[in-house]
Amino acid sequence: MDIQEVQDRIIREFGLFEDWTEKYKHIIKLGSKLDTLPEEDHTESNLVKGCQSQVWLTADLEGDKVIFKADSDAAITKGLVALMVTFYSGQSPDTIIGTNPEFINKIGMAQHLSPTRANGLASMVKQMKIYAMAFKAKLAT
Amino acid sequence: MDKVNTDIPTKVNWEEVRAQFPVLRQKVNGKPLVYLDNGASSQMPQSAIDRIDAYHSHEHANVHRGIHSLSQHATDAYEATREKVRKLINARYLEEIIYTTGTTDSINLVASSYGRKYFREGDEILVSEMEHHANIVPWQLIAEQTGARLKVIQMNEHGELIMDSFYQQLSEKTKMVAVVHVSNALGTINPIEEIINAAHEKGAKVLIDGAQAVPHSVVDVQELNADFYAFSAHKMCGPTGFGILYGKKEILEEMPPYRGGGDMIDKVTFEKTTWNDLPFKFEAGTPPIAAGVGFGAGIDFLNSVGMDNIAAREQELVDYATGKLSKIDGLTIVGTAEHKASVISFLLDGIHPTDAGTILDKEGIAVRTGHHCAQPVMEHFKIPGTLRASISFYNNEDDIDRLVEAIEYTKEFFG
Repeated sequence: MDIQEVQDRIIREFGLFEDWTEKYKHIIKLGSKLDTLPEEDHTESNLVKGCQSQVWLTADLEGDKVIFKADSDAAITKGLVALMVTFYSGQSPDTIIGTNPEFINKIGMAQHLSPTRANGLASMVKQMKIYAMAFKAKLAT
Repeated sequence: MDKVNTDIPTKVNWEEVRAQFPVLRQKVNGKPLVYLDNGASSQMPQSAIDRIDAYHSHEHANVHRGIHSLSQHATDAYEATREKVRKLINARYLEEIIYTTGTTDSINLVASSYGRKYFREGDEILVSEMEHHANIVPWQLIAEQTGARLKVIQMNEHGELIMDSFYQQLSEKTKMVAVVHVSNALGTINPIEEIINAAHEKGAKVLIDGAQAVPHSVVDVQELNADFYAFSAHKMCGPTGFGILYGKKEILEEMPPYRGGGDMIDKVTFEKTTWNDLPFKFEAGTPPIAAGVGFGAGIDFLNSVGMDNIAAREQELVDYATGKLSKIDGLTIVGTAEHKASVISFLLDGIHPTDAGTILDKEGIAVRTGHHCAQPVMEHFKIPGTLRASISFYNNEDDIDRLVEAIEYTKEFFG
């Protein structure tokens, strides 16, 4: 799916919620439905550095698309991680490099993406882009 | 610290005291703020805020330099805090009070200056398992440079120091014992008098991290006989960026400067520079003058309430909170030492501390979540972190009740 369409879909989905309780419950539900990483992928090298909750991320190239898988030990972070995976996974390296997760602002979750937030989400997005750059270089050779 | 007077004098009107803290009169996420993160930073009373404002509005000039009136006045105001600190902790001499930027800076000063001069290959530095990173890393850095070794006093499942572990590792090789007075992660009050005396018998010096102790109790450095005692202004009604290192005069005099620059010199030539006297030898460059002046007002405020009263009131609130929290199903208090002060760390079954902290924040409750800069403590208990409610005298029973309600709500939320 086109990444802008994914973005619009997420924004529409979150537009349904009236208050923070519903929004956070939905985020937690998204996290619980995330196709998580097997335990053996919870390694130091897959760990995205965050101060409080931990995020693990893997990336593979399928054809010319990047497939991300991720997990977190905290429920809210995991939901936000699931949103990022929905957003970026299955896109081309160029699309990933060139698109920022603007929906996070629009659904009122901007504070979770702040680089000073200790949940590792900002580092995760950075790491996803680094993977995309590496795959782009690989595809070019 | 373990002999806290628990008779609450009726003369203190705690609601009036609380009303002096403007930051508490606000809503966060639509709910009245309950501030229980005093262990990270306490709030400032109106008098300290006004004092800093007045300094900037009418008194600002550089200190220790100018002959002009404004500079003299700024110097007087800034130096007045030193005497207030001396009195507060009952140091013998004014020059034993070194201004720093905080506890971390104070410990780095000792590790760097004392360590560089005195530590040798094979010497040992004894810290404890419950130290804040600020009382671990500076020692690791100097150990690497000098060949000294870091040894660790273990703690038990209640979060108390195992004194056998201390005595087993204390020897003639021990050059420094660096231990926290009150643990920031667990609230444990350590038997520092015993540690100090035993260390001295072996010829070791002792540094006490008092960041969580001075704000909550009467600390008398002469009675304790600590060689160094470090604490921060921002945990005791003062502003950030300011702190204190107390050191015994005869030890400080033998220590080389920590940083070079203005104010710390006696005479500078390109051949040789001689140092200024204590305390200025350790205070290079233009200091945070407004913060120092504001801290003085913070100490005045604490004295007006009375440190004895503060200690007793906080003990009452900690006991109230411990009682209430213990009754919550699925809540485990981490750190159950017999002697505890101001800090309650806890976990909720099946809920990550970060998740719980996020929901508590939505309910207007400010607590700290995470490892509290004490990763070895979390490693000891095999947990990723805790939620920490840290209490100050301006909190009240209502704050604790709101915390309890919000925890119940958090459990429902993730249930």
